[in-house]
Amino acid sequence: MAAKRNARDVTHSPPINKSGTSTPTTQAPAAKSATSKSKDANLSAQEVAVAMWDNYVKATPQRTKLIDVFMAFLVVVGVLQFVYCVIVGNYPFNAFLSGFSATVGQFVLTASLRIQTNAENKAEFESISPERAFADYVFGSLILHFFCVNFIN
Amino acid sequence: MTVTTENSYLTGAKGRNTRGLLRLVILCTIAAAAVSSRLFSVIRFESIIHEFDPWFNFRATKYLVANGFYDFWDWFDDRTWHPLGRVTGGTLYPGLMVTSGAIYHTLKALTLPVDIRNICVLLAPGFSGLTAFATYLFTNEMSSTPSAGLLASIFMGIAPGYISRSVAGSYDNEAIAIFLLVFTFYLWIKAIKLGSAFWGALCALFYGYMVSAWGGYVFITNLIPLHVFVLVCMGRFSSRVYVSYCTWYALGTLASMQIPFVGFLPIRSSEHMSALGVFGLLQLIGFVEFVRAGVPSKQFQTLLRGFVVLVFSVALGGLVLLTVSGVIAPWTGRFYSLWDTGYAKIHIPIIASVSEHQPTAWPAFFFDLNLLIWLFPAGVYLCFLKLTDEQVFVVVYSILASYFSGVMVRLMLTLTPIVCVTAAMVLSTILETYLSMKSPKSDAEFVATEAAATKNAPAKGGLRSMRNPLVGIYTVVSKSTVVGAMTLYLLVFVLHCTWVTSNAYSSPSVVLASKLPDGSQHIIDDYREAYQWLRQNTKEDAKIMSWWDYGYQIGGMADRPTLVDNNTWNNTHIATVGKAMSSSEEVSYPIMRQHEVDYVLVVFGGLLGYSGDDINKFLWMVRIAEGIWPEEVKERDFFTPRGEYKIDHEATDTMKNSLMYKMSYYNYNGLFPPGQAQDRVRGARLPDVGPVLNSIEEAYTSENWIIRIYKVKDLDNVGREHGAAASFERGNKKKKAAKKRGPKVLRVE
Repeated sequence: MAAKRNARDVTHSPPINKSGTSTPTTQAPAAKSATSKSKDANLSAQEVAVAMWDNYVKATPQRTKLIDVFMAFLVVVGVLQFVYCVIVGNYPFNAFLSGFSATVGQFVLTASLRIQTNAENKAEFESISPERAFADYVFGSLILHFFCVNFIN
Repeated sequence: MTVTTENSYLTGAKGRNTRGLLRLVILCTIAAAAVSSRLFSVIRFESIIHEFDPWFNFRATKYLVANGFYDFWDWFDDRTWHPLGRVTGGTLYPGLMVTSGAIYHTLKALTLPVDIRNICVLLAPGFSGLTAFATYLFTNEMSSTPSAGLLASIFMGIAPGYISRSVAGSYDNEAIAIFLLVFTFYLWIKAIKLGSAFWGALCALFYGYMVSAWGGYVFITNLIPLHVFVLVCMGRFSSRVYVSYCTWYALGTLASMQIPFVGFLPIRSSEHMSALGVFGLLQLIGFVEFVRAGVPSKQFQTLLRGFVVLVFSVALGGLVLLTVSGVIAPWTGRFYSLWDTGYAKIHIPIIASVSEHQPTAWPAFFFDLNLLIWLFPAGVYLCFLKLTDEQVFVVVYSILASYFSGVMVRLMLTLTPIVCVTAAMVLSTILETYLSMKSPKSDAEFVATEAAATKNAPAKGGLRSMRNPLVGIYTVVSKSTVVGAMTLYLLVFVLHCTWVTSNAYSSPSVVLASKLPDGSQHIIDDYREAYQWLRQNTKEDAKIMSWWDYGYQIGGMADRPTLVDNNTWNNTHIATVGKAMSSSEEVSYPIMRQHEVDYVLVVFGGLLGYSGDDINKFLWMVRIAEGIWPEEVKERDFFTPRGEYKIDHEATDTMKNSLMYKMSYYNYNGLFPPGQAQDRVRGARLPDVGPVLNSIEEAYTSENWIIRIYKVKDLDNVGREHGAAASFERGNKKKKAAKKRGPKVLRVE
């Protein structure tokens, strides 16, 4: 897992501007939905999107960006599987389900890790240190993969 | 007040140690009480399995222990549902059997070889001790007072509502399921409080275990999403909710799909759609919150809220569309009958025929929960006063469970835990309020501080501050009155629970006990007598036909193949047996031949006044058969012209000719002086001439005539009808009729 993430990082992550402070962060899809919703605002949609993207690139810590890249990768894999299922059909349904739910589950677990390690949410999770959050993440992922491997037959 | 109490006595590390020790001792005592109050039936009678369903679980466990796990998983059972067989590995919840198998092997590894029967008998009491402990943990998460957990634990340990399903010998799925239910809820509360993925994952694991143990897991799958949904609607969405729910759902759904009986149901069936819907909703809300944090603008927020509502309604619409178009399976009859309470009676008589599926009467609530039932609403009210995330859970659980327990008697079982928890919260609040000055030391201290407060207050001035210390009850008399009353109630509760357990819930239905006039116990053991006869005096593969109630017991005790059993998966097959039982001999004999039936077993309580016999269940057989063959079996034909269900001389011809009637009353007249044959259950005098059987013959009748077994005759040697052959044997030769040439048909071939 870690190796894969590093590989993704090398290829995809945008130039990183290291900044200690963490301000609100956004993702690429977030910006997309913002464009559709902010018609009423005075700014044009494109400007908002660009501003958000800049803000994201500037303000997000590198680790969080790594997590985001991994999540984006999971979304891509999940969508690819789903499209393949729609095109070809779902004959070994358990195989499709385990593959798809592996991506969904991993996405959700990673999102949980991202939330828990985010410095802003410190108040919310006072009893959970980032190390503990990572250990929980490993635990959850192990269970998830055990079930998926068992279910795929 | 807690602060003053804790400060006054039991301070410091020593006090904490003492309290810890006390707590441990109390919990151990509660576990002991929970176990020992369930042993009435073992001590009075013997260590056997009760009821009907547990016999199958016992048989499956024996198979597991004898043949290993993999064979058990792929077990095709050819000794039930005779022509069809049953794929047992894929149609049962294996949690119970695997648990007791694991206990068996553990004990064996510890060089304590215990018979598997004893493990099965004592599994439920053992797990009830664990349930009491789980309730303790669960309540401690709910309430800040230290005593609530202990109170809830003892309530759960001895409440008859739970004991009814977990006495020693009732080796049913509920035995371990209630422990898993409470423990899963404990883990869930823990997860949502801490927002921890670890606890969420643990919750999912125990949820998976629960799925493997009991079909009632659907309750959890709907309760947790409902809790989250209510939290979201209350505007209490937080990232803790997101983390705990999504971890639980992603892992728990995968875990539940590992059980073959559940399979793809979590994706396909309507019962599980609420969990999926809330999962999707949480993703959207999480995403929107994330964006909202990035762009602070009021218009933007309202737009986003609209976006959430829109997506939610689109998802709901899509779900409805999928359900209507049949991609997602609609509600199964069993669950649907919970909403539409008249549904089962009209469409699926087999669901309505089970006595556990009837609505609950008011006295049952008091009978099963005594004082807890009137503390229960107060506890829910208490939760409203301090509404945190976990209190919302209690409220949601209470409302849902009390509705379900009102609809169906057996769902009282899911209500019991929450009633115990809320009642314990109320009682501990009361006790905490009125007990706070019990110790003389704290009393003096408290009075002193109170006096100081009253003196200081007027000096500070202000009416409101003066009023504060006056509120409350300070005299020892009133306090001790209230505390005394509560103690009395609690003692009465213990007495009630013991009485109910001892009298109502501790009788094995296999053995019937009755009291002789001098007070000694007389045991009627006809069931085992007859099953033992079958086991020893019939062929290894002789097929037994009986009504489905006795299928599991025949399989378990007599060890013979049956046609139908308590697992009512094939309604048509049951209707076939119903038709054979309710038709005349000429019709039923071919049916029995086609199904290779060797023996027919009926239960008859007319001699002893045992009311749960087959004549009283007969109308259900007729109804179920009528559902499939409305032309051949008609319920109306079994009633007298005035619409009465009679078995005496007024009985209709259809009734008198039915196989069930004939088998029940065959030779019964011979027991009595002429003309005085009496049926003690129906309170009716029987006709003077008893029924005549042609195609079957009596093989065995037990001591008190409770079980009667008939052997199906072979085909006649010279090819006559059985009726004609029997009539010939009896000597009605009808010579004149024989001389006349009957309208013969041409011999074909």
